[in-house]
Amino acid sequence: MGKLIVKEKEVVVPGEDLAEGMDYLPGDGCYRDKEKVRAGRLGLVKIGGRLIKLLPLSGKYLPKKNDIIIGKVIEIAMMGWRIDTNSAYSAMLPLRDATSEYIARGANLSQYYSIGDYVVAKVTNVTSQNLVDLTMKGPGLFKLKPGRIIKVQPSKVPRIIGKSGSMVGMIKDATNSKIMVGQNGIAWIDASPEMELVVVDAIRMIEKYSHIDGLTDKVKEFLDKAVKKDGK
Amino acid sequence: MNDRMIKEHVETLLKKDRRLDGRKLTEYRKPISVESGFIETAEGSARVIIGDTEVLVGVKMGVETPYPDTPNKGNLMVNAELTPLSSPEFESGPPGIQSIELARVIDRAIRESKFIDSEKLCIEEGEKVWSVMVDISPVNDAGNLFDAGALGAIAALKSARFPGYDGERVDYKKHTDKKLPLRKTPISVTVHKIGDKLIVDPISDEEKSSDARLTVVHREDGKMCALQKGGTMPLSSDDIAKMIDLGIEKGKELAKALE
Repeated sequence: MGKLIVKEKEVVVPGEDLAEGMDYLPGDGCYRDKEKVRAGRLGLVKIGGRLIKLLPLSGKYLPKKNDIIIGKVIEIAMMGWRIDTNSAYSAMLPLRDATSEYIARGANLSQYYSIGDYVVAKVTNVTSQNLVDLTMKGPGLFKLKPGRIIKVQPSKVPRIIGKSGSMVGMIKDATNSKIMVGQNGIAWIDASPEMELVVVDAIRMIEKYSHIDGLTDKVKEFLDKAVKKDGK
Repeated sequence: MNDRMIKEHVETLLKKDRRLDGRKLTEYRKPISVESGFIETAEGSARVIIGDTEVLVGVKMGVETPYPDTPNKGNLMVNAELTPLSSPEFESGPPGIQSIELARVIDRAIRESKFIDSEKLCIEEGEKVWSVMVDISPVNDAGNLFDAGALGAIAALKSARFPGYDGERVDYKKHTDKKLPLRKTPISVTVHKIGDKLIVDPISDEEKSSDARLTVVHREDGKMCALQKGGTMPLSSDDIAKMIDLGIEKGKELAKALE
């Protein structure tokens, strides 16, 4: 009969045995090697009945449909813009999805988005060959103003945002700043020079302690201290 | 590459005398650590850590024929390899312009400061001399490889010991106590100009935003030995004077890290 080798919430490394026998099924981040289920990446084990899943602790971003990402314009093409998505696959922002304005034939496309601009965009489609399409039409999708760009681990983005934006909201309120975090692990910060560093440190702290309980209180404490110190 | 937004942001911060990581304009990252004798199989080695930047330097020695124009002097070769391991921007393959410049600037620092007493490396004039090879490999590039690499090369040369040599063959398994003949220590400080501000020890994002840089090499006795200008923006003689002063001032801190 099948045997489970690891416990729930245990940290495993790629290649580690998770279970033996055909009773267990490999889920996200796991694979079957003959009789065994093995880990395919670094992560926390999550067991749901017979299915073993891994919550990744690291890794690059993989584009997924409906993700809101922050991308950088790297090329202006005939029919749109090529956007760097901080993953192995760059994305295409086609003309018709780029803006609600009317773009005349032969218009200079750099007046809308030029190379080096950062945009908040939504992934509309990812093909099996990992060709990615984006759209800028929709609420909350826009070109970003100048600000600080930092890279965070894509796997930690849900923790940084928090439940319905609670964590990022707390940082915003405490430091009186604007923050956007894309699913692809790029964050944009617009804050006063004094507060900018506090925001960056707070985000780095969430990344570092993302798997620890009571993270919200810890971040709150850090923010209170840092904001008070700079306020004086 | 061409990260306009990051450059703009670095410049706005610098106008208020602030930097991305909260340091002062002329402040090195801490800690600066230099660990000599890191690799046992090399004759000399060092590992330098400045903030998140980490560089390994190895020194190998061999007996070779001297160059025809310097028959009584030892050879010095400095090589840098920017491994893909150290930064997502480095590719494997033949050396690129960046690694060639890095190696040349550090080579010049050692050569022009006359750090190695190369005449003492001569075994038989015109026939046999000791050849010193310095290899620089970054483990993590978080900016300022120039200063970290130079610091590592100097520490590695200081820690180097001759291998066994019986007049015919070099025995690398044998270690002697004989040190390289060294003179006054050179120190390399790279000053960057972004907008109209001068900074030292840039992190990667600041390096990408740099308009011009000047690597200032001086000896511990205060003598200037080498300069290297990089970047696209021209520098006025006033700028250069300021950068050299800053380089000499900051060099004291780096010299302390060397002990």
